[in-house]
Amino acid sequence: MTSNQIMFLLFSVVIVVFSILTVTSRKILRAAIYLLFVLVSTSGLYFMLNYHFLAAVQLTLYAGGIVVLIIFSILLTSHISQKAEPVGWKKSLFSALAAIAGAVLSITTILDFNFSATKVAAEEVNMRLIGKSLLSTGSNGYVLPFEVISILLIAAMVAAIVIAKKGGPDKTESQILKQ
Amino acid sequence: MNAGIPLYLFLILATIMFFTGIYGFLTRRNLITILMSVELILNSVNINFMAFNRYLFPDRLEGMFFSLFIIAVAASEAAVAIAIIINIYRRFTTINVEDVNEMKY
Repeated sequence: MTSNQIMFLLFSVVIVVFSILTVTSRKILRAAIYLLFVLVSTSGLYFMLNYHFLAAVQLTLYAGGIVVLIIFSILLTSHISQKAEPVGWKKSLFSALAAIAGAVLSITTILDFNFSATKVAAEEVNMRLIGKSLLSTGSNGYVLPFEVISILLIAAMVAAIVIAKKGGPDKTESQILKQ
Repeated sequence: MNAGIPLYLFLILATIMFFTGIYGFLTRRNLITILMSVELILNSVNINFMAFNRYLFPDRLEGMFFSLFIIAVAASEAAVAIAIIINIYRRFTTINVEDVNEMKY
């Protein structure tokens, strides 16, 4: 067993165990921390695949940004030691059956399909290549999705501010005080 | 680099993660935990894209850029979803999906 395989085994065990804990843990804050572990191990997988830029993006954006946002909203909306009510066994059983059936179906399909390995030499992914591809209009250019995603990001930012703004237009101060 | 690890191991790992997310999406009642399940699902799709890119088309970068855009969409989705959740909490003082059952106050 090479060190590569040991690392992959470690990352996959962490991912599987902590993703199951994320969806079953009854303490919400703990579930968020488990999600953080899953995201960090995924970034480790990207490092193993030699995509350093995406691994860094995964660490900063997912592990640094989204998890912190989720933790903040948990602290704003629920008590720290609050426990979620246990899921009814019927709902839990049928959901697990559906998930396991889907997983078995997908895994048998994956194992049946014969992926032909390529002998093409791997291209080195450096920052210069990524920047050129993001802003080029040629056959390997991604300038259109890049611009669309920038519009999406600014729209999402404005929408988040407008939605979370305190009070509605038809709400007077006395109504707010009454609540 | 990735010698000794066949492609299907990555795909199986991503499948398990995806269906764990589906299970959480079906059983959870708290809006924030549902959002966390959606993040799990998006993340597993990213693993698939990266593995396909590295194993089948290592001379191109399409999978990497797809993952990059998926991460950006996931970030904006999380921001808007959390704004909506905080607004719901202000109206109903709960974020349990079974208690939030009216659109207009």
